[in-house]
Amino acid sequence: MHPAYSVILFTTASGAGYGLLVWLGFGRLLRLLPLTATFTCAAFGLALALITAGLCSSLAHLGRPERAWRALSQWRSSWLSREGVMALATYVPAGLLALSSLWFDGVGPLTEALALLTVAAALLTLFTTGMIYASLRTIRQWHQPLTVPVLIALGLASGAVLNNLVLALLTGTPRWAAWAAIVSLAAAGILKWAYWRTIDGELRSHTVEAATGLGRFGKVRPLEPPHTEPNYIMREMGYRVARKHVTTLRQLVGVLAVAVPLALSLLSLLPALALMAAALAAASMAVGVVIERWLFFAEAEHVVMLYYGADVA
Amino acid sequence: MTTLPASTGKKLGLVIDLDTCVGCHACATSCKEWNSGGYAAPLTDQDPYGVDPHGTWLNRVHAFEAGEGTASRTVNFPRSCLHCDEPDCVTVCPTGASYKRAEDGIVLVNPETCIGCKLCSWACPYGAREYDYGHGVMKKCTLCVDRIYNSEILAEDRIPACVRACPTGARHFGDLGDPESAVSELVAARGGFDLLPEFGMRPVNKYLPPRARRDAGAEPPPVVAMPRPSDDGGGQSPASAAPAVERLFAWIDEMLSR
Amino acid sequence: MRAASEPDIALSVSPADEIKTTTCYMCACRCGIRVFLKDGKVRYIEGNRDHPVNRGVLCGKGSAGIMQHYSPARLTTPLLRVGPRGAGDFKAISWDEALALASQWLGDVRRSDPRKLAFFTGRDQSQALTSWWAMQFGTPNFAAHGGFCSVNMAAAGLYTFGGSFWEFGETDWPHTRYFMLWGVAEDHASNPLKIELGKLKQRGVKVVSVNPVRTGYSAIADEWIGIKPGTDGLFAGALVHELLRTHQVDVDYLRRYSNAGWLVIRDPGAADDGLFARDASGKPLAYDTRAGALRSALDPELAPAFSGSFELADRRQAVPVFQLLAERFLAPTYAPERVAAETGVPASSIRRIAAELASAAFAEPVVLDVPWTDWAGRRHDKMLGRPVGMHAMRGISAHANGFHTCRILHVLQILLGSIDCPGGFRYKTPYPKQTPPTLKPRGKPGEVKPMQALMGPHLGFPTGPEDLLVDAAGKPQRIDKAYSWEAPFAAHGLMHTVIANAALGDPYPIDVLFLYMANIGWNSAMNLPATLAHLSAKDAAGDYKIPKIIYSDAYFSETVAYADLILPDTTYLERWDCISLLDRPISEPDAPADAIRQPVVAPDRDVRPFQSVLIDLGARLRLPGFANDDGSPKYPGGYADYIVNHQRRPGIGPLAGHRGNGGGDWGRGEPNPRQLEQYIADGCVHVHRLPDALKYFKHANREFIDWAVDMGFRITPTPVIFQLYSEPMQKMRLAARGHGSVLPPQAQRQRIDTYFDPLPFWYPPFENAAAERDFPLHAITQRPMAMYHSWGSQNAWLRQIHAANRLYLNAARAAELGLNDDDWVAISSRTGSIKAQVKLMQGVNADTVWTWNAIGKRAGAWSLDARAPEATRGFLLNHLIADLEPERPDGYRYSNSDPVTGQAAWYDLRVRVEKIGADAVKETSPQFAPLPMPPSAGTPGADR
Ligand SMILES: Nc1nc2c(c(=O)[nH]1)N[C@H]1C(S)=C(S)[C@@H](COP(=O)(O)OP(=O)(O)OC[C@H]3O[C@@H](n4cnc5c(=O)[nH]c(N)nc54)[C@H](O)[C@@H]3O)O[C@H]1N2
Ligand SMILES: Nc1nc2c(c(=O)[nH]1)N[C@H]1C(S)=C(S)[C@@H](COP(=O)(O)OP(=O)(O)OC[C@H]3O[C@@H](n4cnc5c(=O)[nH]c(N)nc54)[C@H](O)[C@@H]3O)O[C@H]1N2
Ligand code: SF4
Ligand code: SF4
Ligand code: SF4
Ligand code: SF4
Ligand code: SF4
Ligand SMILES: [Mo]
Repeated sequence: MHPAYSVILFTTASGAGYGLLVWLGFGRLLRLLPLTATFTCAAFGLALALITAGLCSSLAHLGRPERAWRALSQWRSSWLSREGVMALATYVPAGLLALSSLWFDGVGPLTEALALLTVAAALLTLFTTGMIYASLRTIRQWHQPLTVPVLIALGLASGAVLNNLVLALLTGTPRWAAWAAIVSLAAAGILKWAYWRTIDGELRSHTVEAATGLGRFGKVRPLEPPHTEPNYIMREMGYRVARKHVTTLRQLVGVLAVAVPLALSLLSLLPALALMAAALAAASMAVGVVIERWLFFAEAEHVVMLYYGADVA
Repeated sequence: MTTLPASTGKKLGLVIDLDTCVGCHACATSCKEWNSGGYAAPLTDQDPYGVDPHGTWLNRVHAFEAGEGTASRTVNFPRSCLHCDEPDCVTVCPTGASYKRAEDGIVLVNPETCIGCKLCSWACPYGAREYDYGHGVMKKCTLCVDRIYNSEILAEDRIPACVRACPTGARHFGDLGDPESAVSELVAARGGFDLLPEFGMRPVNKYLPPRARRDAGAEPPPVVAMPRPSDDGGGQSPASAAPAVERLFAWIDEMLSR
Repeated sequence: MRAASEPDIALSVSPADEIKTTTCYMCACRCGIRVFLKDGKVRYIEGNRDHPVNRGVLCGKGSAGIMQHYSPARLTTPLLRVGPRGAGDFKAISWDEALALASQWLGDVRRSDPRKLAFFTGRDQSQALTSWWAMQFGTPNFAAHGGFCSVNMAAAGLYTFGGSFWEFGETDWPHTRYFMLWGVAEDHASNPLKIELGKLKQRGVKVVSVNPVRTGYSAIADEWIGIKPGTDGLFAGALVHELLRTHQVDVDYLRRYSNAGWLVIRDPGAADDGLFARDASGKPLAYDTRAGALRSALDPELAPAFSGSFELADRRQAVPVFQLLAERFLAPTYAPERVAAETGVPASSIRRIAAELASAAFAEPVVLDVPWTDWAGRRHDKMLGRPVGMHAMRGISAHANGFHTCRILHVLQILLGSIDCPGGFRYKTPYPKQTPPTLKPRGKPGEVKPMQALMGPHLGFPTGPEDLLVDAAGKPQRIDKAYSWEAPFAAHGLMHTVIANAALGDPYPIDVLFLYMANIGWNSAMNLPATLAHLSAKDAAGDYKIPKIIYSDAYFSETVAYADLILPDTTYLERWDCISLLDRPISEPDAPADAIRQPVVAPDRDVRPFQSVLIDLGARLRLPGFANDDGSPKYPGGYADYIVNHQRRPGIGPLAGHRGNGGGDWGRGEPNPRQLEQYIADGCVHVHRLPDALKYFKHANREFIDWAVDMGFRITPTPVIFQLYSEPMQKMRLAARGHGSVLPPQAQRQRIDTYFDPLPFWYPPFENAAAERDFPLHAITQRPMAMYHSWGSQNAWLRQIHAANRLYLNAARAAELGLNDDDWVAISSRTGSIKAQVKLMQGVNADTVWTWNAIGKRAGAWSLDARAPEATRGFLLNHLIADLEPERPDGYRYSNSDPVTGQAAWYDLRVRVEKIGADAVKETSPQFAPLPMPPSAGTPGADR
């Protein structure tokens, strides 16, 4: 699949934003967070800004962004619609939670409820985003049980890294935030590794023979394409990345999105290094996740390419 | 509406005969031509006279080879929307722009409400949906919905443009939900098949397989006994060592002396 | 039953304010179309259901007509060259200036020496007009493109049975039971062939395709014979061999309709050796077995001997044609085992196909209960048919052995008794003609004089050396050397030789080259680099060797850049045209037909229909037939006026329908001022159905022959007798042996002697000689169904289908050569070398490579971007195809053509294919300097 930068940016930024919201919600619920206006503005502001930036970027993917509101209507069947609904809905508890933190200086049942709702909405949003991909039967590398967990885990991990950074910046080293980052990064790393193992090990079951129904005569090969220059389908679904690049890029993801932020998060436990380590972790994570998202598209093979020269998918 | 109708009154669709298609692209260009001014209008072209010409087409014709060596076959293969009974392209659509008509099963995109998110094209295994870069919305075969019910055109022309144009008669249009229809009977008689049935989208369009060859494997027919003046026992000259020319002349003489 | 959530869509939008019928011209098939006009623009084009050619369907090109009509490559104004030839620098001029200049150039030539005008036309569909104009001008140098197209097919057919494949006949589709395609990719009958192949498949009729490549029609054939190029004559000869060997030939048919029983004089060394023995009145003789005596072979009651040697009155011996034919084809040369290796067709397949042909022809003849009368007046109560259909085209004819190969195919058809019978191959009116048609070429020494019209049409059919256009020394009289000893039966001229001959002044220099609708500076050139050099060659004084070039094109083609004066034509939707029975017919076997184009939209540019321009020029030059005695134009209303009012012979004009009597007459009749109106009312076509009794056996059908004479289609009421043995050829051969008064120059005698064999035979294409080692592969092109020669590339839709082309080669052969899909290769022939990208396939003869024709474009032409794929990944084989054969010992070089007809031998090309270095530029070569856009071209029609 063609890695669309608008979508990559969206899933990276919004993913981190929703992840951060999850941690902020937990933090509030478990009363782990400072109640200062500075912190609230910075942390919630960052989360909502990331989400908003991501959503805006996703509009750029649309041919008719001015009609984007229509996407909210088909939540009964469409994961994309559900994502849209959830993405917007999340603003409500998250916004109220932020406001409640500004207005009340304690955590009461209302704040607890808002925090719970924020966590749920953010997780659900990540889930719906994941399901958009995971539900596509046409793309084997996406139609995987691990697609959603990976997406959620990466969202949580990047959120946790950011959470750690904000806290480090404003309050020193809260050990829980560092540990949240460490654990979620490890989880994301393991899940992604498992995901890769799965897609590499899986049998490719769709063949050009089934796509054309011509297997009865033997091996099927394209003779003439319908057009000599690539069309939309080939531009959108025909993106291929060389095997050797995949290996390098996967290693890069492992290093930049998992190993480095994990190590730095550990380092951030040392108060002296907390801020710098958390900041570097966030930077590394951002680059790593962008590469991961890019790979997520680039590695994905659409079954339609069977009509355009692919043997199996 | 993105949810699928529980059932459709008819299942209108195409039957494409791979045994007859010569790959002339008439169905592709006539489709482009009709729809450039029809329901799917515009169908824009990018860089039409430049270095990278490409555009939106609702129907495209491939050619494949199957098998090896002399036993192999060349098969021309037109591909357009199959108007699936249970298509993901409809259910994934966030806006409801993509829908399946309850009346006849035609799968359409509403160009007024489509946001161009492209998700439906990702969901279609058949490559039947093409995003129109110039128009910002998704395009697909309309089954010529603006022809088949069009009271402004002649009754015999109320068929899809591609079927109307196809010079070899390789394209058939009809109600595949009606087992008595001509298209259903054709499918039954010729072993029509679904593309990628494992996706379970239950395409309405069917493909008719290329027929078996009648070539080197075939037995030669017996030598025809040519009409003879009198019944003297068949087409062979009396056994003789004369060369073929002499035997031929002897036979001709006999033929001519009737 | 619309679900509530579904949008309400307009299902009955009217697609047109008005629908006008006319005739498609996205190719030469000439289908009827209905053009939908909305808001003054072309909205849609569909096939006309009532048109005999396409019966409603429309092909891939026809359906893209809109984009041609609104193409940015349309020329917009007359142009005068200002830079050097080939650079593409022009200035816009007015029509007054353009026509004044053209008449001055042409007038000078006509006053001094009309031969100095060479007028050649390409995709011309108004040859009845263009040839008439050239005749009135008085130049012998006119022809259309047939010489590089398929004249082998036309000439072989006309000399053999008075008809031809191509567009002159077709199979009796509803009745045929076995159908063979020989070397056909598209042909001009694009849609009819497709329609009928579809129906044959439906009926389960076996379709066999003989073609080195398995695409298109060959892909759907029941049997594909992947023959080695240039060997069809051998394969067909082996089928003849098998039919003769197994005694499965239609003896009765041969006796009635062919010259099988005619006696051939056997007197080696004599001046009449090999000619027919004739009686005192000149009638050919046969030996009547019943009377035991020689009789006129034209005696219908004859029982002629087919074998034996018979004594003539002068005591010499003569043998029947059939005997000679049988001896030739029963020889081991044509035995299936012997031809298998050379043709690549297994002997068992040859035997089986011969048996299938015989079985289809003889086991179940088609019998129609239609009484008819033969030429001798005998009534027959039934029509008995041999239901074997065949169609052949350029895969057969575009070889230097094409004439003879095609004759072998006709012999095969005749032996099967399957010409113009139910289920067989049928003539389309105005065919059949005599074998050959009774028309002689014009332009002999003394026939061409200043200010004088030529006495008849240029092109004809020599029946002996005395008909050739040569002077006493045997020197050619036409610029293309047609009807010279180099190409005696050049029935369509040799357009492919004109540019080189004119530039080299061989046989003489010319002053004006006038071209119409031919992109001969590109895809119809043989040896393209040499052709371009000739077009811009200068003499010692610095003047162009071809001093003036006038060209009419509608679009910005490559050739435009090489012309001095451009007369821009309209598109096909903007003009009147006439598809006439005097020209290439669109008739059905059952029904003569002709058609028109009407302007369905008005031009939005300063262009004029070429035919009207030609008529205007004719009047300005005061050509007889175009100007009245007082100098006023005869057809002030342009081409439409001419179509209605021109009479070739009394009562006979361009259109046969709606003539005199208020439009009631067909064929002959007074000009009818309302004729065009009435054609339009009929859908721009007129079909004249023949009565049942006239539908078959037209070569020998009394009623048909009389009707055809009546209608002016033929001159004599005699039957057409199939010439298995061709006496005109033997006459040429006798001249080569020193007999008669018109003799070939010594150096040419051997060639004439060899190739003017009165019986058809197979010989290897000339390019094969010594090619095996250096150039092991045959290289051919095919017509892509969705592209018409060069002019489809300006079409925004069609070019998306074919913006670049590949060299296709057999996968197994590729493995031997170490080639993979997408590799870039050098393709070399004895003429040059080009670069291209390869694609492997299974369905191609292992010794053959091929590509789609005419996809490669010169950078900048056709208003395309200079880096368009057509210019960077598109290529032509024309760079590699030799225009001349290697030098003879005396230094002379024949054109790379069939020695009988002069047909260009495109498909004899031999090449070598080598992978190019990884660091070489991945782009087709050679590349030429990009052409700049001519003034005011380059914008798509306002509407697109
Ligand atoms: N779409 C389309 N239609 C066209 C045209 C076009 O450009 N585009 N051009 C028109 C014109 S001008 C013409 S003349 C006709 C030509 O009509 P065709 O003769 O049908 O066209 P070609 O492509 O020349 O086809 C030659 C065929 O013969 C095969 N062939 C080559 N060599 C041999 C051989 O030695 N033996 C055998 N058996 N086969 C051989 C080739 O593979 C090819 O399939 O088409 C007309 N119709
Ligand atoms: N390698 C190879 N070369 C071949 C062949 C092959 O098989 N292989 N085939 C040969 C054969 S059979 C043929 S017939 C030739 C065909 O070759 P050409 O006769 O050169 O045919 P086109 O390329 O169609 O060029 C026709 C020209 O007419 C112009 N034109 C189009 N419409 C109009 C119009 O309405 N009015 C005017 N005035 N001009 C118009 C076009 O713009 C174009 O420049 O190619 C030959 N060349
Ligand atoms: S073919 Fe594709 S676009 Fe058409 S209905 Fe089926 S899934 Fe949808
Ligand atoms: S591109 Fe249009 S039709 Fe397709 S899913 Fe998006 S909104 Fe629906
Ligand atoms: S049915 Fe209509 S829209 Fe669909 S492929 Fe045919 S012409 Fe195109
Ligand atoms: S129009 Fe008919 S024959 Fe031509 S490509 Fe389409 S289906 Fe095949
Ligand atoms: S075959 Fe096609 S391009 Fe040619 S005249 Fe017919 S419709 Fe037009
Ligand atoms: Mo041609």
